[in-house]
Parts: sequence; C-alpha cells; structure tokens
Amino acid sequence: MPTFVYMTRCDGCGQCVDICPSDIMHIDPKVRRAYNIEPNMCWECYSCVKACPHNAIDVRGYADFAPLGHSVRVRRDEEKGVIAWRIIFRNGEKDMNLLAPITTKPWGKYIPQLADQPAPSQEMRGSQLLFNEPKYIRFDDGDLNTLESNGLKMQAGVESY
Amino acid sequence: MTYKTVVEDNIDILVCGAGLGGTGAAFEARYWGKDKKIVIAEKANIDRSGAVAQGLYAINCYMGTRFGENNPEDHVRYARIDLMGMVREDLLFDMARHVDSAVHQFEEWGLPLMRNPKTGAYQREGRWQIMIHGESYKPIVAEAAKKSADKVFNRVCVTHLLMDESKENRVAGAVGFNVRTGDYHVFKSKTVVVAAGGASNIFKPRSVGEGAGRVWYAPWSSGSAYGLMIGAGAKMTQMENRIVLARFKDGYGPVGAYFLHLKTYTQNGLGEEYESKWFPALEEMVGKRYLDVEASHRTHRPIPTCLRNHAFINEVNAGRGPIHMVTMEAFQDPHLEEIGWHNFLGMTVGQAVLWAATDVDPKYENPELTTSEPYVMGSHATGCGAWCSGPEDISPPEYYWGYNRMTTVEGLFGAGDAVGGTPHAFSSGSFTEGRLAAKAACKYIDDGKAAGIRVSDDQIKRRKEEIYKPMEHYKIYRNEITGGSVNPNYINPRQGLDRLQKLMDEYCGGVTVNYMTNEKLLNIGLKKLKLLEEDLEKVAAENIHELLRAWELKHRHLTSESVMHHTLFRKETRWPGYYYRGDAMRVDDENWHVLTVSRRDPKTGEYTMEKAPCYHLIDDKPAAAAA
Repeated sequence: MPTFVYMTRCDGCGQCVDICPSDIMHIDPKVRRAYNIEPNMCWECYSCVKACPHNAIDVRGYADFAPLGHSVRVRRDEEKGVIAWRIIFRNGEKDMNLLAPITTKPWGKYIPQLADQPAPSQEMRGSQLLFNEPKYIRFDDGDLNTLESNGLKMQAGVESY
Repeated sequence: MTYKTVVEDNIDILVCGAGLGGTGAAFEARYWGKDKKIVIAEKANIDRSGAVAQGLYAINCYMGTRFGENNPEDHVRYARIDLMGMVREDLLFDMARHVDSAVHQFEEWGLPLMRNPKTGAYQREGRWQIMIHGESYKPIVAEAAKKSADKVFNRVCVTHLLMDESKENRVAGAVGFNVRTGDYHVFKSKTVVVAAGGASNIFKPRSVGEGAGRVWYAPWSSGSAYGLMIGAGAKMTQMENRIVLARFKDGYGPVGAYFLHLKTYTQNGLGEEYESKWFPALEEMVGKRYLDVEASHRTHRPIPTCLRNHAFINEVNAGRGPIHMVTMEAFQDPHLEEIGWHNFLGMTVGQAVLWAATDVDPKYENPELTTSEPYVMGSHATGCGAWCSGPEDISPPEYYWGYNRMTTVEGLFGAGDAVGGTPHAFSSGSFTEGRLAAKAACKYIDDGKAAGIRVSDDQIKRRKEEIYKPMEHYKIYRNEITGGSVNPNYINPRQGLDRLQKLMDEYCGGVTVNYMTNEKLLNIGLKKLKLLEEDLEKVAAENIHELLRAWELKHRHLTSESVMHHTLFRKETRWPGYYYRGDAMRVDDENWHVLTVSRRDPKTGEYTMEKAPCYHLIDDKPAAAAA
C-alpha cells in the first residue's frame, strides 16, 4: 500500500498529514497514529517519508506489480542541504547508497523580498519586461527578444511553414 | 450544515493552485503590485504541491541564450514540429524569451543546477533540457511565493469561480472549502490566476487496484485548471490533444535523461531496431510536411513524440513486444549508472522502488517500456488549455485582447497547464507563464478594468449549498441501507471515477482500445457523460476527504466532456500515437490546419465549437542549421 507507518515509531505528530499532497495521510482516531487512508491515490512521492521526524513511514511497492522484500529509504537533511538514499533489492544483491544536494544556499535567504525592491517605472510597466529583466535573461546588454529583433513575423495558416 | 463561512475580501490577485505556475504568479505579482493584496489558495500544502511535489531531475525548458545556445524562435519551431503544427506560436515565443530569467533566479535562490565543467554552461541533457538536483525544487519556489503573498491558504480546495453580477463575463473571485476544517471559503478578488493542474486519472489506467496511484502525472492533478475555467464559461483550445507517454513499464519512470544523456535506445523483443520501419507508412498517413524520413535522417530534425509512440504501439501489436530500453551498455559506466538512479530518486521514486522489488538491475538487464494511458494537460508534449490572449507586441488580432494570458473571461488569467497551445513549457515555462499572467493582472487592475465588481450574497449562498450537497446527500440516504457502498440513491466518488475512466477509455481512445475512436463512439461517449453528470448530482461524500474527491471528480468530468467534444470536432487523425479517429485516419491540412476552440455555456451546459486560425512564425529554418 504505497506508504505505511510503523506502529512503534509513529507518535501521531501529524507532520505527514500536514505535507501529503494527496490528502491521504490521516491520523487514526483509535490508535492515534498516522496511516495511509487511500493507497490507490498515493504517488509514492515520499513527501511524508521525508517529513517524518521519526522515520516511521516507509513504502511498500504497489501490490499489483511490485513483489515484496525491497527497500528504498531516505534521509533528507535540510541543515546540511543533502538527501541520502539507500536502495536494497529484493534478492539482496544490490545495496546502493546515493547522496545528492538539495540546495546550495541557506533556505530562503537569497530569495528577494519583492516588496522592498524599487518600484518599476511607468515605462517598464508598459514594456514586456518582467522583474530583473532584461539583465537576468542574458547577462549582457542585450534587450528582450521580439519578433522584430529576430527578423520574424506571424503568418496565418499552413502554407507558410 | 455547521461549517463556518470565512470571507477574504478586497483581494487584488487570487492565485488558485500553487504549483510552478501559481508560485511564479504570486512571486511576480508583488513586484508590479507593491500595494496589492495577493492571496494564494492551494488544496494541499504549498511546500509539496502540484506536479513538482516530489522534485525534478531536469529543467526541460531552458534556452541558454546567455551561453549562445538557442533563441526563442528555435524553441517555437521545435514545439511546432513536435505538436504536428498545432501550437500558439505567440505564447510559445513569449514564454521562451522570458524563461531563462526564471531559471537564473532559481539558481540564485539555491536550486542546484549542474554545470558542464568544460564549458561552464549548465549541464545539458538535451537541446532544451538542463540537469538539476531538484529534490527541493518545489520548497524553494514555494518560499519565493510565500515571501510575496499576503496570505497563503493551504488545504483549501477551490471548487468554483465567482462571477461579477454587474458586468457579464467578468470574474469576481472564487469559492471552496478547507479539507481539514470543512469551512467554506469565499475569496472576493479583482482578478484570478488559475494555475491549477491538468488531469491524470480521467482515462482508465493500465494498472489495477493500488497501482492506480502510480500514474504518470500526479494523482492530485484533477483537471481543476479546466474544471474551474470551463465552469466559468471560458473558451478552451486543443482539448483533444491528450498525451500518451512511452515510459518504463509500471513505474512510469521518465525516459528523457536515459535517451538524451545516457544515450540508451529502444529495441523490440527480438532485439531489433523497430522505429524506422514504421515511418514510410506513417509518412504517407501524416504527409511529408510532418514526417520526412529522409530529411529527418539527414538533418536530425526531431521525430514528433506522437509518431514515435505510433511506431511503438504498432510494433507491439505486430507481436514483437515487449519494447526494451537498452541500458546495459550505458550502465557499465558507473557515473552514468549513478545518474540513471538519481534521475528516478529526484522525480519518480516509485520507479526505483519497482526495480528494487523486481530485482531489475539495468546494468545486467534491459528494462521494459510501455505506452501509458492518455493524460490531459498543457505543459509537456501536449497543449490542452484555455484560449488566452497573447502579448501586445507579438500576437495577431485573433490572439490578442488586451492582457497577456487572460482567458476569454475578463479578469481571469491562466498559467501552466491552464493555458492552451503552449506545450513544452514544463516547470520553468509554467513558472514563467505565472509571472507573465501576474504582471498582466496588475495592469488590468491599474487600468480600472476591475471597477464596480458586485457579488451578491445569493451567489455565495448558492455555491455553498452546492459544495456541501454530496455530504447532505450522504446523510439523507445512508441510513436507507444497512451498510456497505451499494446504494440505489447515490454513488461515491471512487465509483464515479471508475465509471468516468471506463467510458473515457472505451469511447474516447484509451489504452484498452489501442487509442482508437470514431464519431459514433464519441457520440455514445457524450451521452454517457451526460448521464454521469446527472448522477454526479447524487454523488455522496461520507466526510470532508470524500468531499474533496467528489469535487475533484466533478472537475475531471468537466475536463472529460470538453476532451470528448474536441475529439469529435477535429475530424482527422492529427497525432497518430496519441489517438486515432478511425473514420478519418489521416492528417487533413486542408480542413484542419486550425486550432479548435470550444465554449460551454455555463447556464445550459451546451457546447459550441469553432475553428481559430493557426499562425506561424515565418520561416521553417532547416533544422540542420539549428541542430
């Protein structure tokens, strides 16, 4: 059932409920722990697995085509900005550890607060430019591409191309 | 019903759906609207919502103008070839000329873009694709949107747009409900940017049972982009242009990096190259304009995605399946092997789970591929969506009505899957479209176009009753039966979805009929959709979660009806390999080199169809020069 939750590890904190894009991680009112209420709407996206502070959530491949006995585990470390995966095959013959960066900067610090940027001029408002353009498109002095600048014009129908 | 009504008033820009399109819109809106009130409504959690929730391993739309790689018109030509001519070139050019500035900002915000150590440029996967470590792509862009927005309403499922009652055909906000508290939410807004998703799960999937979740596009992509806009009477375009994907079997792991970067290739069950033998007959079917075997070979002109599907489907039908991806050569290189696995972990973990479960090590075994069930969306190799205005400096009169990315409903804008005729936008292009829509929406307000909007309490009350009706219905009829899910007075959302998928599959060219349909089948399908529409008035929701599923189903139904009408209208087989009109098995440029445009009358539910001219950026530069 794509994701499932280990009874002894889950403390019912609800982080998975909060993050699940499909609204399928819910808290069972009796045992007060999380579980997947609708496995056939689970994408195995691992959002809940990554969010769980107790590593209580795991994935068992879809029953209609995935045999039992495999493992794909993950630890996502926001502080260090990395994600670590471990893949173990059903037959145990392959056991892989893979590491990837998830960000190169401290979270959110380099995202501008646009409210604090100088207001665009009237001329910019009337132009086709977006924030930080044209500079951020080309990093030279070139302007925005237009049909005219690129020697193009629209023609109707099939004959023209 | 005891649910509270929560009203958010005086909004300038309401963003419905905060995937890549919505985050782009919210972010940019703050720059052009310093004092404007920007609000986001998202049915999940903005940090992990939309199609990019689990991450991406590539940005598939990047020109590289900065590195002298491509110009916007090159991308337009590419998308035009891939979609058999049927694109909005003004919108595509506009997206392509801006998209790089979005990508450069992503890098500045911390998104790890790989660099080519030799050239210093971004690491190319293919001509348009660059490779990234994008596990946190969504949280990063979400941060940008949150910085710009006044308020983010997570877990609010928007069900309808509000319409102005002082001026016909003008938007006035949106309504929905909170999937946690159940509260009714009313957003009164001068403009709305619909950036919700395209549709998975409207055609019966190949998988059964649990595997229904392992769809190619996210299961939470419920066609709400279309459901909301069609419901408001916005014109739609190219809705027949559904997409079928050739992917790793069952896991639907992406093949782009495998083909382009790892240089893997496909072969049939006998170990033979099979694609090219289907091309001569296909050239006959679609015409030399769209497939010129000799020229493609000479110039590396890309073969359209649908036509490659066609070869795949026919080879399997000829009894020479399965089709394999030949990975055994590339995976001998440990570096490439690692990329192959990272590619899945970064965006389709389920494929890694499947290979681990079935002991498929692509180093020693060539994995199977398959063609998927059809999907309806507008940012991959397909261009379904709303009929939108283009930018002032590019668009011909038929494509321009004042505000970039505005639909035919005043004040209603689109981005990402919501905008029709703009395939190959992918994540970066969708974000860019959101930015363009936001700037235009600010201008629309500044021009005084949103003055005097009136929404009556009656409209708000009427929608509220409508939204909670499935729960009322459940309450009334549940106790007529002892238990279980079989009830003569209602169906539950899952039962409704199963019926929708079955009839779309059988009548509109799904996977069990080999993507085949015709006029007779489509007319039967339309009748069945009408009956389903009547039954959807009797859909029952046991709780708020089921209410979410009920409204997703209604959006999927509206989307499906539009797809069915468009497929019926376009009497030709424009995209063999996506679907076939058995009664018109050729590309018919004489009659159908046009964009299809529809409108559903919100009052009567009647459809009207029209043809719109298809404009092209002048020349078709020989692809050799560009390649």
